[in-house]
Amino acid sequence: MRIGPTFNVALRALRRNKLRSVLTALGIIIGVGAVIAMVGIGNGAKAQVEAQIASLGQNVILIFSGSTTSSGIRTGWGGAGTLKIEDAEAIRREVPGVIGVSEEVVSTTQVAAGNQNWFTRIYGESADYFDIRQWPFADGAPFTSQDVRSANKVCVIGRTTATQIYGNENPIGQILRIKEVPFTITGVLMPKGLSTQGVDQDDIVIMPYTSAMKRVIGGTTLRNINVQIGDPQQLEAAQQQIISLLRQRHNIRPGRDDDFTVRNQQEIAQAATATSRVMTLLLGAIAGVSLVVGGIGIMNIMLVSVTERTREIGVRMAVGAHGSDILTQFLIEAVTLSSVGGLIGIVCGIGASKILSAYANWPTLISISSIAIAFLFSAAVGIFFGFYPARKAAALDPIEALRYE
Amino acid sequence: MDNGALVRLIDLHKVYRTGEMEVPAVRGVSLEIKRGEFVALMGASGSGKSTLMNILGCLDRPTTGHYVLDGADVSGLDRDRLADIRNRKIGFVFQNFNLLPRTSARENVELPLVYSAQQLTNAELRERADRVLASVGLAGREDHHPSQLSGGQQQRVAIARALINEPEVLLADEPTGNLDSRTSVEIMAIFQQLNERGITVIMVTHEPDIAAYAKRNVMMRDGVILDDHVVSRRLDARAQLQNGGGRPSLPAVRGPGAPDGESRSNQTLT
Repeated sequence: MRIGPTFNVALRALRRNKLRSVLTALGIIIGVGAVIAMVGIGNGAKAQVEAQIASLGQNVILIFSGSTTSSGIRTGWGGAGTLKIEDAEAIRREVPGVIGVSEEVVSTTQVAAGNQNWFTRIYGESADYFDIRQWPFADGAPFTSQDVRSANKVCVIGRTTATQIYGNENPIGQILRIKEVPFTITGVLMPKGLSTQGVDQDDIVIMPYTSAMKRVIGGTTLRNINVQIGDPQQLEAAQQQIISLLRQRHNIRPGRDDDFTVRNQQEIAQAATATSRVMTLLLGAIAGVSLVVGGIGIMNIMLVSVTERTREIGVRMAVGAHGSDILTQFLIEAVTLSSVGGLIGIVCGIGASKILSAYANWPTLISISSIAIAFLFSAAVGIFFGFYPARKAAALDPIEALRYE
Repeated sequence: MDNGALVRLIDLHKVYRTGEMEVPAVRGVSLEIKRGEFVALMGASGSGKSTLMNILGCLDRPTTGHYVLDGADVSGLDRDRLADIRNRKIGFVFQNFNLLPRTSARENVELPLVYSAQQLTNAELRERADRVLASVGLAGREDHHPSQLSGGQQQRVAIARALINEPEVLLADEPTGNLDSRTSVEIMAIFQQLNERGITVIMVTHEPDIAAYAKRNVMMRDGVILDDHVVSRRLDARAQLQNGGGRPSLPAVRGPGAPDGESRSNQTLT
């Protein structure tokens, strides 16, 4: 009813107690700021994970040797050496929809050129690998299928390896000694940055898997096979066909566990984003607790304020204030504290996430929805925690209130 | 209307319940107060005068009996309706002034208008408050906070607040209880002048020499009216102030008073 004047009255009361108002709002400022910053960090991490998963390539099926099932001896992914080169060739030949296959072997070793040396990861791959992972070249060219067939001594290197060994020199055409075998560098890859596990993806040497198996790593089995499917609709079917093909090739009787593990891009992406979603929720919930604590602070101060101003309430009632006027006044005070605190908190939260991004190198992503939710929630906190004190004030008996000392 | 009675109490009872006990505070009071009267309600503590005052001020409701204010029975109204009656028809002056602390005299005086049905702009509020403050001699003190004012000045702010909605009746509960004798006389001078202009004043006091400024004294004891008489030797506060000391008399409580109540309703207090 008389909202306008009551609003002025409430604001005046807040101004009369500036320090107290600021301190009370501080609880909400910190709460909302924490929610905005924490959710920003969580969302930033999620966005980064999603981007990295996408950078693994589209419509990719990964086949690891070894099994994660629970029977018998478990070797972990890539551990048992059950995948053969022939398996990859069978997939390339027999599974419809396959547009790229890359046999993969992995090792770590010391590489050297001139008087520089560097400990790095060696990946053996087929020529399809750079298309499967959508990994463009900064300079030079990939090795060819011919290089793979002939197990030529060629390789491409990542940006980190290039910088560590060659500094500012152009590595193209240079000789890189890997386990005393000289390899010619044909290309330098574009940097991809850190992986979801925090591994520097650019600290790498990639060569034909044939060369890697024959000249560097040894052995006859693959760690895994990367398969790319042209049409995402066919992904599921292709995955099933790969499983039955490999079971048949490995002579696994029905009812026995696979000796390999098949995962596709979506599954990996879902697992990774689920993790970061849980992290976002967790961070938000922890920050939300501080928002609730801020709300309790408001309630506490409003209760003190109602007690302290009992006489004032009595006077207001004596000169004609309805209970609803008093209720509105104290509710407006509480909501003003919480929503102004919320607005300042939003600014602080955005500022905090910008600072974290800039100095701690954490990616943060502030969404409009998280700002809107934080603001509405802070206003709701004001209503929720302001209502009890306001109702207490409105229910006062004017005679008692006037006599209150 | 209603043979000129502004206030009519008909066999009024008020009983307080404390647990099982029933404590009667007012036990059958009938009283009639006409427009333009200046009544002092007297009695020792526990006589029921404060309870009666609360009922007269529509802060409390009688247990039984009727209270007719300005022709309307208000004894059965709910909280909000009573609040509206207080806002429109009653001005309160309290013993301890009851001003809002850290709030300017002007804002204190504006307070009843905030809760009034009429919607005024801020400028109108301010203009009205300043005019009433000037009428009680506080021109130039509009921005002072209560802590910057003397007791007498604070009580004048309270009187201005009581007058701002042009009430039918001014209710004063021990208005001089916290003031020295000279300031008390000053406040009585204001009351007498307001009364000369037609405002009905009902004042609770236990001091006979304060009651002597009223036109009529009602004495209570044990919840009933013991005595009700017209004051024969009435004191004139203004005359006392002029004779009493070299101090200047109240600056602003002058102006053409209207002796009858009729012209008051549309007259402003200047």
